[in-house]
This record gives sequence, C-alpha cells and structure tokens, in this order.
Amino acid sequence: MTDLPQPAVAVVPVPAKVRNQWWDVWAQFRSHKGAVFGLGFLIFITLFVTIGPWLWTVEPGKLDIRNKDVRPIYQVLFDSNANVSWNHPMGTDNLGRDIMANIMQGGRISLAVGWTAMVLAVFIGTLVGVLAGYFRKADGLLMRFTDLVLALPLLPLLLVMMLLFRDPLRASFGPENGIFILIVVGIGITSWMQTARIVRGDVMALKEREFVLAARSIGTPSRRIITRHLLPNVLSPIMVSATLGLATAIITESALSFLGLGFPSDFPTWGKILFDSVDRMTAFPERVIWPGLAISLTVLAVNYIGDGLRDALDPKIRGL
Amino acid sequence: MLIYTFRRLLISIPTLLFIAFVIFMLLELAPGDPMAQMPLTIPPEVKEKMRIALGLGEPWYVRFPLWLKQFFIVEPQYWIDSTFGTNFADGKQRIISFQSRSPVFDTIAQRLPQTLWVVGMSYVVGVLIALPIGIISAYRQYSVFDQAGTFVSMIGFSVPPFFSGVLLIVIFSVQLGWLPSIYDTTLVVRDWATFKQQMLQMVMPVMVLALQTTATVSRYMRASMLDNLSQDYVRTARAKGMTESVVVLKHVLRNSMIPVVTVIALGIPAIFGGAIITEQIFKVNGLGQLLILALQGSDIPMVMTITFLLAVLIVVMNLIADVLYGILDPRIRYD
Amino acid sequence: MKLKTALMGAAAAVAFTPLAYAQEHDGVRGSSGHLNIIYWQAPSILNPFLSGGTKDVEASSIILEPLARYDETGALIPFLAEEIPTVENGGVAEDLTSITWKLKEGLLWSDGTPVTSADAVFTAEYCMHPEGGCAQLSKYNGVTSVEAVDDLTIQINFATPQPNPYGPLVGGQSPMIQAAQFADCLGARAPECTEANFGPIGTGPFVVTDFRTNDVIQLEANPNYRDASKPAFATVTFKGGGDATAAGRAVLETGEFDYAWNLQLAPDVIDSMAAAGVGTPVSAFGTLVERIEMNLTDPSPSLPEGERSTAMHPHPILSDEAVRRALSMAIDRELLVEVGYGQAGRATCNLVPGPEIYASVDNTDCLLQDIEGAIALLEEAGWTDTNGNGIRDKDGMELRLLFQTSTNAVRQDFQALIKDMWDQIGVETELRNVDASVFFGGDPGSPDTFEKFYADVEMYANNFDGTDPQSYLAAYTCDKAPRPATQWQGENINRFCDPEYDALVAELQQTADIAERSRIARALNDMLTKDTMTIVPLVDRGRVSAHANSLGGVVLNTWDSELWNVADWYRISE
Repeated sequence: MTDLPQPAVAVVPVPAKVRNQWWDVWAQFRSHKGAVFGLGFLIFITLFVTIGPWLWTVEPGKLDIRNKDVRPIYQVLFDSNANVSWNHPMGTDNLGRDIMANIMQGGRISLAVGWTAMVLAVFIGTLVGVLAGYFRKADGLLMRFTDLVLALPLLPLLLVMMLLFRDPLRASFGPENGIFILIVVGIGITSWMQTARIVRGDVMALKEREFVLAARSIGTPSRRIITRHLLPNVLSPIMVSATLGLATAIITESALSFLGLGFPSDFPTWGKILFDSVDRMTAFPERVIWPGLAISLTVLAVNYIGDGLRDALDPKIRGL
Repeated sequence: MLIYTFRRLLISIPTLLFIAFVIFMLLELAPGDPMAQMPLTIPPEVKEKMRIALGLGEPWYVRFPLWLKQFFIVEPQYWIDSTFGTNFADGKQRIISFQSRSPVFDTIAQRLPQTLWVVGMSYVVGVLIALPIGIISAYRQYSVFDQAGTFVSMIGFSVPPFFSGVLLIVIFSVQLGWLPSIYDTTLVVRDWATFKQQMLQMVMPVMVLALQTTATVSRYMRASMLDNLSQDYVRTARAKGMTESVVVLKHVLRNSMIPVVTVIALGIPAIFGGAIITEQIFKVNGLGQLLILALQGSDIPMVMTITFLLAVLIVVMNLIADVLYGILDPRIRYD
Repeated sequence: MKLKTALMGAAAAVAFTPLAYAQEHDGVRGSSGHLNIIYWQAPSILNPFLSGGTKDVEASSIILEPLARYDETGALIPFLAEEIPTVENGGVAEDLTSITWKLKEGLLWSDGTPVTSADAVFTAEYCMHPEGGCAQLSKYNGVTSVEAVDDLTIQINFATPQPNPYGPLVGGQSPMIQAAQFADCLGARAPECTEANFGPIGTGPFVVTDFRTNDVIQLEANPNYRDASKPAFATVTFKGGGDATAAGRAVLETGEFDYAWNLQLAPDVIDSMAAAGVGTPVSAFGTLVERIEMNLTDPSPSLPEGERSTAMHPHPILSDEAVRRALSMAIDRELLVEVGYGQAGRATCNLVPGPEIYASVDNTDCLLQDIEGAIALLEEAGWTDTNGNGIRDKDGMELRLLFQTSTNAVRQDFQALIKDMWDQIGVETELRNVDASVFFGGDPGSPDTFEKFYADVEMYANNFDGTDPQSYLAAYTCDKAPRPATQWQGENINRFCDPEYDALVAELQQTADIAERSRIARALNDMLTKDTMTIVPLVDRGRVSAHANSLGGVVLNTWDSELWNVADWYRISE
C-alpha cells in the first residue's frame, strides 16, 4: 500500500506484469461484468475513431451533393425503395457528407475534448478540494475563490478567452489545435468547482476520523496523510464526478459550437452532429441516433469502468 | 458555530463586492455590443448616438460605482417606497435594462414565478426521486434495480436537453397531440381546468430537467452510501442488533449525506439561474431565457444584476452547506 | 372587395394562397375571436424609436401607425394620411425641399382623443432630440423643421432638395406616437417612461392589455379604430422567444399558433413540416441579399494594430481583380439556393435586387458556375501551383483565404459548399464562424466584428428600408470605410474606394427624375458587382413566414412590417 494510484482516472488500470497487489485489482475488476463490457466498448470506440479513418478513407468534409440524404443500409429492411448505398453504410447528411466518416472524425475530437477537459477539471477540483479541506488556513481563500468562479457567467468568460488567446494560440499551434486548447481549458476551468466542494466536504469529515488522527499523532507528514489516507477514501465521489464530467464536457463542446465559440464548422464533433440533426429528426432519425448512441454508450462505459475500478481498488471489497 | 456563521457572513460582504467587480470587468472586456441586434440599415452614426444614450459613453470607473449605488441604495429605497408609501427614491434612476429600457428588477420579479414553478419543481422532483434510487442502488448493489437505475440515469445524463426536449415535443405534441409544445406564460391558475392545463404544460420541461438532477444526485448518493456501508461502524451497529432500517437510514444515510448536501446546495443557485436550453426549447421564458437573451444582446445591466444575485445565492448556499456539514458530522469543527 | 383583389394580386409573390380561402369575413369587429402570433425573437419594447430591432418594430406596428406604409409591391399607400403627396398633386414642393401631408379626418387615438398634426410635430421632436438616442434618426435626415399648418396638415421642411422625401413618418420604422402620452419622455428621460414604452397609445387595430418584455404581449381590438368593421379578431396573443424550428412547428405541425414570422430554416425542413397540412408557408422577396464581401486591404496579423485591414496596405491576393472574379465564377449559386433557401431564395448577381426599376436586370453572368473559366483566369493572371501542394501561388504568396461569417446553420452549410467549390480551383479556405452578437456588434476592441474585417472574405446579408437604394449605395464611398480614426465604424466594409463611384453617388443625391435615378443606381450596382467583383452577391433572400390554414387575409409584405395589414386578417369559418 505504498503508492496507491492518484485519483486522476487511470483508464487501463493494468500493466501486464506487476506486483501481486495489482493482479488482485485486475482480478477483482474482471469479475465486474459491467466494467469489462465498458472497457471493451471503450477500446472498441477508441479504435473505431483512431484506426477507423485509415480503413474507411472517405473524407469527412467531402461534399457530394448529388448523393445527399442517403439512408443507412439497414433501412432496406423496412423499405425496399429506400435510398441506400454500400458506399455510405450509415447514410449521408443534407450536403452529401458521409456520416460514418463524420462520426469517426467527430469522435476523435469529442473523445479528446471529453477526456482532456475531464482530467483537467478533476485534477483542479481534487487539488483545490483536498487543500481546502485539509489546511484550514487555505480553506477560506480557496473556497471564496471557488465561489467567485461559480458566479462567473460562462458565455462572457469564453468570449473574453477567445478575444485574448485565440490569435496567439492560432499562431503557435495552428487553427485546430489552438481552438482545441482553448475549448479544453475553457471547459476544464469552469467545471471543477463541484468536485472541489465535494472533495473538501469529505476531507473535512475524514480528517477528524481516528485513523487520520492516529497517523498524525505518530508524526506522519501532511503530504503522506493526504496521499495515503485521504485520497483513497475520497476516490468514489471523484470517480462519479469524473464520469459525469466526461459527459458534460462532450455536451458542453456542442453547446459552444452552437454559440459560435467552438470548432470551425468544417470540424465535426459528436455533439455538433447531434445538434445539427435535431431539425430533421423525424425524417432522418439515424442522424441523431448515431451520435446520440456514441455519446451515451461512451459515458455508460466510462461509468461502469469507474464502478469496477472503485470496487477493485477498495481493499474491503476486494477478495470478498 | 454561531460565531463561525457570523464571521462568514461578514467576510461575504467584501467577497461579493469583489465578485461584482470581477463580473463587471469581465462583461466590460467581453466583445459584444447592445447594437449588434439592430438591423444593418441603421447607420453607424445613429448607433453611436444610441450607445451614448444608454450611458456607454462613460468609462468603467464611472459606471461600476453607479451600478453599485443603484443596486445597494436606489433599488432598496424604491422597494421601501413602494411598500411604505415614502418617497426616498424620487427622481433617482433605477437599474435600467438596455434592451427593454425598463427597470431590471421588475422584469426579474416577473420571471421568477415561472422559473420557480418549472425549474424549482423539477429540482424537487429530481431530488425526491434520486435519494431513494441512490439509497436502494447502494444497498442492493448490482441488483436489477441498481443496474436499471444506473443505465437510465447515465443515458439520461448523457443525452443533451436540446435533443431530449425536442424528442419529447415530437412524440407528445406533434405525433400524439397530448401536450402543448409552447408554454403559456400568461396562464393564471384559478380553477381545476387551468390547474390541469398548467400541469400539462409543465410535464415535459419538468421531465427533461428532473432527469438531469436525478442522474447527478443519485450517482453521488449511491457512491457515498457504498463507501459507508462497508465501514466498521455499520458492522458494529448490526452486531448490536439494530434493525436494518435504523442502520441504513439513520447511521449510514446521515454519514453519506455530505457530498449529497454539497451537490444539492450547488444546484439551488442553478435553479434561479434557470435552465437556459430547456427553457428555450419549451418557451418557458423564465430567468434562464432572460439571462441568455441579455447575454446575446449585451444587456450589461441585466446580466450584471442577474449574475450578481446568483453570486449572492451561491455564497449563501455554500455557507448553509458548510453549516450543515457540522450538523451532519459533529466532528467537523470550524473554530 | 379590396381584400380579395389584394389576395389575388399577391398570389404571384406569395407562394400560393388557395382562392377558396379568399372569402370575406362577416365584417363585424371581434367576430373572429382570438389570434395567436409567434415570433421566435421576443419583442423587448413597443417603442420603435428606442429599439430598431426588427422584432420590436414589427410588434409595435400592430399598435402604432405611420402616415403611409409600403404595400406588398413596394408602392406607398396612405394609412393615417388622406393621400400620398407628390409633386404632381402639389404635396411635394417643386424644389423638393418640403412635403405636406394631410391627415384623414376624424382619426382617434385608442384612448379616444383626436389625432392632430401636433402629434406628428411631437413625434419628430421626440426622435430628433439630441440626447434621445433615437434608432430611426436616419429617417429624419436633412429635416430642418416639422410644422403644423393646421390641425390636420403637416409640413416637413428639408435643408436640401430630397429626391425621396418619404422618410419621416412613413413606413413601419417611423410611426406616429401620441404627444400627450410621451410629453415627459423627451431625450434622456425616454427610459423613465416604461409604461408608455410598453403600452403606447396608438391608432392601429389593436391595443396592448399586457406587455411582458422579451416574452409575450396580449392585445385587444382598438375600440376607436377608424374602420368600425375591423379588426376581425377580438384579442391577440403575441408570443416571443425560442427558435425558428419551434415556431414553425407550432404553426405548421401542432396548430397551436396562427402565424409564425421569418422561418429561417432549410427548405427541406419547412417542406416536411408543411406536409402535416395544418398550415401554409408563404414567401415574398424584398431587397435582402446574402453576399460575400472581399477585403481589399491586408488583414494579416503580422501588421501592427491600427494598420491591419486599413487602406495603408492593399490586400496581397484580393487586390488582384482576376482572383476576385475567379472566386465568383467558381460559385454555383443555384446549388446554394437549393440547399439553403429553396423557394425563398433566388440566385442573384446584384447588390440591389429590387424593386424592379432599380434592379440591374442584365447582370446575370455570374449565375452559371464556370470552374474551367475560373481556372483559366487564374492561370492567366499568373496564379499557378508551383510547389505541387494543390494550392495556387504567385510570387511566394499562396492562395489561402480566411472566410468568416456569423453562426447560423444555413451560413455554415454555405461555408462548407463554397470551401468545396473554391477547393476545385486551387484555393484553400479556412472557415471561421463568430457569434452574431459579436460579429454584428460594433465593439472596436473586438477583432471579430464584420466592420473590422480581420479576415479575407466574409459573408452576411444586408438590405435597405423602403424602396429607395440611395443611402444603401452611398455606403460604399471612400469616407465610409471603417478605420481606427472612425472607431472602426462605417458601412464600406470592403474599403472600396473609387473617386468615380463617389462622384456618381453625389450625382444620385441631386437627381429627382426617376428614370435618371434608376440609371445611376444600376451603374453603381454594376461598379460594385460585375465590374470589380468587390461584392459577390449570392442569393436574393426572400422571407418565409407561415400561417395556419384557418387564418385568412395574410399578405406577406417585405417592404414594411409583416403585420402591416393585421386589421384585415380573419378566421376562415369551417
């Protein structure tokens, strides 16, 4: 128990050969069916969006206006006259762009934004929460700062960030990466407050518990108390905020493009594909189903992995 | 605890003033212009005159103290006048919205009931559903109930309201024709028929919003209950022969409430902030819709006032949450 | 049978109005019951002088009326005035420096007091007050005084001859307000009159009973309306807010509302909604043109602030006319119309698409896409792909353009399509979309306003009020270019500057003869479009609105408020 994992969520928990303890964790994790399914799906969707574009070489932004509104291939089952084509197994949109290629390309961005923003938010949230909960001197200042950030209106904040940083970032990282950094940071720094307050509440209660008092009385330095005794015990709320945070980040990104603050319109993301398709939901249900399914299943998978990890890392449950 | 509360309240005053200043400067820096929504047929010279008429010709260090004065002196005076019939506020300018040129507080007062009815109701419904789901899910971990609860709440959370709201409208308003797709804000409940109508038009927005609340609160409740159920004191309590209901509902629940109280407390200011997307979809025209229109129209006095009122709520609710921690777990001390 | 003829006359412009509906209502005020109107932008105020927003102007047009309005053909018809003054009938002075209006006799405000010329004089005083910030001030351009000759006669005097003297008190933007109600609201005190601004006393068919800002307006028939048989509706609910899709759905699919304004939706979406058979979309054309504007100055971020996008540095690529022309030739306008506007759009090469007498009808060369021609033109001008990366270049300058517009579903589709078309002629395009409140805002501190134009090309739509394009065309003179000295304000956003153009504009401002005005206006239009390709018009955008099948009397009018003839609307009996 010398180095329990940091709370920042490790997705693939197990390097192959490790010490015994990790093997126990993996064994416990494997026994959680949901978690195994979740991990499987997450690996699948990650491969789908990363390797996929190598195999499915249709360019996502390629317009083919004469082949617009192609229905997905399964539509043939219900309606033999449906406009389908094996060239576009998931169909095309109103400008003739291939939906499968867009879901792949969109998934890359959505997953990258989701994970990065979530890790950033959970990291800041945990850090602030633990410091405020453990060190009473820091509490007042940090929590007033949290109140301040909670009170800031998101839209003007992002507009100001755009104004100040877009051009420098575009100059140094190129248009796409510049916007990516801006969005990830924007979402990250505006969604850590809930985690921070929850972690702080738990830490305040935990630090008065006997085992922490005992550790302190034998002269354990604060740093070790935090990493060895407090963090493992606040892991489960952190896991929950991480899963919810991932979903929030993916959806917030789409809300941002809706407001014109997100990626340029030729960069698809799951949230944006979903948003753009809502108007044609009755005529072309598949256009909302594909991105909707992708987002929901990813979030569900991460949630189950979180559950599995929590169980696996809890020594009281492990081995039961 | 009383001293702590008192001290916190005192600290809140400079904190809030500082927050007001930061919000003001943020709005000042943000690129936006109340004239953006005017048609392009209005020439720039005329727009410039209109900006000056709105008071935008003055620099920020004149306008910020003016807003503070209007918020903390003129508005309370006006309120006293209208309650007691005095005339302290005579001839003093209240906070005036750029868009409607009318007092900001009148509009907020007009919107508050809608928001409380719809968003508040959905919050109460959401929390009331979430607590039992969280408790049962944790107590019977990995049961069918738990699995179904997890599935539904995660799907519910990951489907954005701009999609679920429209889906509900397409099903219940367009296809089935059961529910109105547009919320009638002028409806006055005075008899059974209007009450029924009010309920009908509230169903969809409340459903969409409650789903989000339920998902969040029930996940935290479940996680926190799970942590506590495996603690030694639970074993001790059971060993002492306490009934399961006492063990779970009294000991475990109380100790598991800290993160849940935090989440609920953080959610209450959000109620008053309204639900921007859901309100827009169902045309509930509450505070959320007011805020987003004001933001889009760069209506600085309106945005400033609403966000500052929210800041006050945030500070107060977080203070209440901190006090509640001490009650839930007497070991937490602040002095 | 005026209504019936109006309907039949409009049938050409309006998509279709089955003639079966053109039955008269029974001519009793209030007999049609309740009318529900939805505008997806919610009105904030009912005083059009304090807010120029279209939603506010249109909402107030149910209550307030001007002396004369434009009808659906763009012709002036008298409302409060007895007749339209012209030089022929002596209403307009020979030297064009004054116009005399005569009010109808016996007009009453909705509170029962008589309408007099003093109200008109007051309205002018209200709007022209230096501290009032009146949004319609440009309607009073050149006015030196407004006098009440007698109780019913108003004379408006101008400093210089006005070829088009129908600015003040004409059209939906510039109605008449009651002197008694607004007497204490002049200048800086305007915002103190919330009650008057939210419930103006007017002469229109309806009176406000309840106004909730940015939400809903409740109205009832004006008991003192001049035509005792109108309006047919007893009460009106005017709901605002939401989005165009929801408004369309409420009229076309669920039938909860009777009239929805300005459905900016893709044509296939409107068609699928209309298939429900509850309501009918109607469309009409005005002067709104979606266009691409070329930046003639260099927006490069490497230039110091204050010199960027100013006349000091011509654009390294777009100052070459061949490139501008090739970019225009590569665009398939018919395709854009099909994707974005359907029936409510027409491909156009003109900046001034109407009214007919001002439209340059021969300017149609751009309507056919010509990729080959565009490539040949670029080759000829020396733009070739020397380094084989698929992008043309010349003297080390690659043909890369930053293309910005405001955030809006149709505009983003257009961006994608145009990017694809330009790709085919070897031009690489980077797309950017900016929130409309920033893009159209005049904040000189923001780099993203359409006026500052820190991009190479940008797309948006613009039009002019009424039927006279003079001030619209005058916007492209050298002195109107946005630059640091003007706080980046100005309408000549291309920074187009041609002394010949300026001279021609000055000539237009002096000319009264309508044929001559038409010739000059066409010449100006051609200079900006086909001669120099400074402005690349894409689509003449019509207006699409929708009404319930049970609502009769709707005549869509793009030259004035859409609710201009709401007094004539009625419920079609089953």
